[in-house]
Parts: sequence; structure tokens; C-alpha cells
Amino acid sequence: MTFRMKLIVGTGALLSFAGGVALASGPEARPPAPEVKKHAVPVSKDGDLVVGLCDGETSLEVDGVKEGQKLTREQALRVSGALMEEWLKKNPDANWDPAPVVAQAPTPPPPSTQGPRSPPAVPRTPEKPASGGAMVGGGVKPESGGKDVKKQQGAAIQDGHTYGAFSERDEAIWAASTQAFVEEGNRVFHDAELVGGTVAVSCDMCHPDASNTHPETYPKYQVQLGRVALLRDMINWCIENPVRGKPLADDDPKMRAMEAYIYAKRKGTPLEYGKK
Amino acid sequence: MGNKFRSIETKHHEERDAFFKDLQRLDRRAFMRVAGISAGIVAGLGLRTPHSFQLVNVAEAQGTKPRFSFAYISDTHLYEQKLNDRFVRAILKAVDDVNALDPQPDFVLFGGDLAQLGQANELKLGAQILKSVKAPVKMMVGEHDWFLDMGELWRELFGAPNYSFDHKGVHFVVLNSILEKDFWTEKKLTPMERMKIVAGLDNGLQSRFEVGGAQREWMKQDLAKVDKKTPVIVFSHSPLYKYYKPWNFWTDDADEVQALLKPFEKVTVIHGHTHQLLSNQIGNISFHGMLSTAWPWPYAPEGLPKLTVQMNRPDPFSQFDGCGNGRMDVLESGLVDKLYNLWERNPITVRASYLASNGRQDAPPRTKLPSY
Repeated sequence: MTFRMKLIVGTGALLSFAGGVALASGPEARPPAPEVKKHAVPVSKDGDLVVGLCDGETSLEVDGVKEGQKLTREQALRVSGALMEEWLKKNPDANWDPAPVVAQAPTPPPPSTQGPRSPPAVPRTPEKPASGGAMVGGGVKPESGGKDVKKQQGAAIQDGHTYGAFSERDEAIWAASTQAFVEEGNRVFHDAELVGGTVAVSCDMCHPDASNTHPETYPKYQVQLGRVALLRDMINWCIENPVRGKPLADDDPKMRAMEAYIYAKRKGTPLEYGKK
Repeated sequence: MGNKFRSIETKHHEERDAFFKDLQRLDRRAFMRVAGISAGIVAGLGLRTPHSFQLVNVAEAQGTKPRFSFAYISDTHLYEQKLNDRFVRAILKAVDDVNALDPQPDFVLFGGDLAQLGQANELKLGAQILKSVKAPVKMMVGEHDWFLDMGELWRELFGAPNYSFDHKGVHFVVLNSILEKDFWTEKKLTPMERMKIVAGLDNGLQSRFEVGGAQREWMKQDLAKVDKKTPVIVFSHSPLYKYYKPWNFWTDDADEVQALLKPFEKVTVIHGHTHQLLSNQIGNISFHGMLSTAWPWPYAPEGLPKLTVQMNRPDPFSQFDGCGNGRMDVLESGLVDKLYNLWERNPITVRASYLASNGRQDAPPRTKLPSY
């Protein structure tokens, strides 16, 4: 399998490398994942790196960079710019946000000869004036929480915006996939054997409906551990001590599913990280 | 123990035992020195136990003098020892506690859920351990004891789950309040599947608890013989009121049972199941929840009786925090003062006068910390 790179070009024109996003798969059968159309990136004759755009169609061969080599920041900006130009040509009517200032990064100072240095400072992304103020109904503000999101659903804010439009089917798939993930967590949470316990103690015995787990308070300094803990650290503490099992790896599907279940049960609770 | 696995708690207790053994070996001079230092530390920290687990002299107001006392151990949820020694250690600690009471209680109430999954070796282990209680033991059944074989072994070991008796002028009624409507036959569940569903709190698959028509009829006839002025104390595993349905902190026919108790002047219901400090007053009836030795349940998100003084969130890093046992002092008035013997905290007394006055008198101390 050759190295594939997906270049996600967001509205902020920030570059990020994203791995495949997939549901953690447990040993049990789960509802089949919806089929995703594969982006067949053409193979370069010279073994050059080929980069695909996340529209699933557009791709670009990067001259002089071999498959597996790293792009420099300048090369990556050039590639993403070229890909976007290509995409805008294919979608002339797209109501794409104008490129923000950050894309026109200042020329970095010449590299210092004194060892490694930190990447060039990127100017702050300009904020929209009076965030959300111009929107009908006030829009979603950082402090407004889930309520306002609901209010905005149905408001045709995505009109004419090709990228980001999604169908009811998409939404149904997302909801079902999330639900399946949470259900898996529910199962692990209620099964002493599945969670790897040796004394037949399961999580729900002390935490019915995940009560008293207060995930919204993490990360926080856990006095008894003597360090800052994430929710998963406390899950593992419980697995090791009252449950007397082996701690799970951070990417263990059981750990991921249990986190999902615990968070799902606290929906609507304000985030209050660091709470004692 | 016989296990090759030694938990942190086991190690802690071994160290603790070794410490006390060493203390015994001290000569008188060294003992006085240690005792003096300890007293100094206690005084320095301002620690003074308000009401110790030992019998206390209460103010001799109207009917507040203790007539007699009984202790309780409840919700031990035993697995067989080679699978889980954690809960076994807790019941042993509780038995030691009540055996150390001086004077001894008139009897010890076992509040139900002796076993975790109703297994024969769980129930027999519990029965064996309870034999070492010095005072007579009154047994009550919990849902964890019942739903594997529908109480067959429990009845064989301990007799009928509902009975009544009189003691020093008080009429006691013991109920089996954990009956459920048949949710298993239609689904073709095995006894173990049925047991596991009932053992869970938040699954919503089971029916709700009830005392049932037949038992209510028995209770009615039993109470018909009792003078209305006689104090009545009812033992019931589930709370005989409606607290929180999704977790089965609930008895479906609670209203009907309460109606049977209404004609009596002094009525107290002592219940297990909820594993937490829990106080309620409905009309003439005072309700007291018992602590578990195995683990504390969190308070339900709604429906908590307003007279309940909540204990704050137990420390998960301490096996015994939020757990314990306790004692009821039955007063001359016929009501009870309830002492919660929390193992890792100061004991808390919920007085009869607190409930009878609807919270206006003798409020127990409240914690400053949140209970979550």
C-alpha cells in the first residue's frame, strides 16, 4: 500500500493532515458502515507525490517530490493553492469564502544558522466583525451553547454554499453511526468481563447511567493521582482498582466507546474543565 | 484468603493488623506514651466524634430515651470469595463492628442483597459469615438473593421472607418488597439472564418492585391484631415510596402499603437497596435508608426526598468510603434515632425528632462538598 495523503483545505486555509476517520471496530458485528466513494488518485509515472483534494475528484502531481517525502510548508501552501484554483474552475458558481489573510503569509525571515528554530509566526486569523451579530436571531455565539444551534437549524445559512451542504441521508448516517458507537460503550460499561474485570465488578455498579462520572470536569488535577488526569485516566484507574483489570490503551476501541457513552450521558451539561 | 492475588486493600489490612499486633506488645510505659501522643493529636486537630458508634446518653426529654437498640448490616452483594474478596472483607468488617458494640444490640437486622447473583455459593457464604454475629440476626430478602431461583435457596436457608414479631412493646413487620411482574417468560430468558437483568439498576428491562396483593392481605390481617397505639417498625428492602423509577428506587404499590400503616400513630420503615443516606417522612411514616457494605450508589437525578441530608460524593480511591453499617435506637416514643456508621467518616445520627418535626428540629450536619 503506497502512502496516500489527503489534503484537507478548510475555509481558514489551514493545512491539516487527517488520517482515515473510521469507527472503532470491536469484535462484534455492527451495522455496516456506509460505503464511501474512494478517491482514486492517479499514480505518477516518475514516482512523484500525488495529492488528492477532499472533493474526491481533483488531484495534483507535485513535481520533484517523491512519494513518501515530506512537503515543506511553502510547497504545501503552493499545492493547496493550486488545488483550490482547480476546484474553483470546476465549480464556478460556488459561493466560496474569499481566501482569508492568513493564506498570504509574510515571507519568512531567512533561516538562522543557529540550530533549529520554531516555525514562522502565523498572523492571527481575522475574526468576523461582531461575531454573529449581523445574523438574524443572533447566531451561535461561543457562550450560547447547544440551544442556539437548534434555533439555527432550518435557517438557510448554507444556501448557495456547495461545500458543506449535506443531505438528510448524511445526517441520518451520522446519527446512526454515533448512536452505534455510544451503544457499544453502553455494552462495555455494563459488562464486567468485557471491560476486563477479574472480580465481577462492572462500571454501572457504582455509576448507573454513568452518573458520578462527571466527564465535563476533565482534564483536572486528580489529587489522588498527583497529576492532571483525562477522563480516560480515571476510567483506567477504575478498571485497575475496583474492577481489577488491566488498563486499556488510549486507542482501544473499548476505551473510545466508553468515553463516547459517558459523554453522551452528560449531554447538555456545561463544560467545566478543572472542576474539583 | 487462599488467593494468590493480594489487592491493595488486603495489603492495607495486613499492615493495619500488624500495627495493632505491635501495639499489643508494647509495655505499659510505651503504651501510655503512644496513647498520650494520640490524644494530643486528636485534641490538636479538633476532632471530637459527636456521637460515637457506642450507645450514647441522650437528653431525657419526652420519649427520647432509648428503649432498646438494634444494629444493621445491609446490601453486602457477596460473590464467592475466590472471585471477589473485596465485598467479603467488607461484610467481615461489619460483623466485627456489631460484635464490638457494648452493650450488644437486641438483634441485628440484615437488610437484604446478601448475594450478588443469587448463586448458592454466594448465599451460603453469607449465611456462614452471619453465623458469627453474636446477637440474633433478623433476615430480610433483596432482589439479588431472589431472582435466580425465585427465592428457593434463600427460603431454605433463612425461612419465609415475610414475617412479623413483637419485641419490647414494638410490633415489627418484615416484608418481601422486591417482587416483580413476570418480564422473563415471554422473552424466554434463562434464570441467570433474569437474575442479571434484575441485578442491574439502569437497564429499564425489568418490572418495578412491589409487595403484591397477597402479601398486602397478609399484612392487613397481621396488623389487625395490633393496637393502633403500638409503635410499628416495618423492614422492607426497597424504599416503600416512589423515589426514582428508572433505577428501581421505587415500590409500585407503595401507596397501598402506606395506607395499611396510616391508622397507626408511630410508624417507621427501615429499608436497604439504595446504599446511601436517605431520610423521608410521608404523613405519619418515617423512612430511613440503610448503608451498604459493598458500594455507595449516587443520588438519583430527581425525586430525592427533601428531608434527605445528602452525603457528599464518596472518594473512589477508598474502598470503604460511603459504605458502612449502623444502629437504630428505638425510643420510648416508639420512633427511632438512626445512626449511620460511615466507615471513613464521622458517624451521622438522624434523629426521630428531625423527621417527626419535618426538618425543623435536630437537622443532621450537612456537608459543604457537592454530592454530584
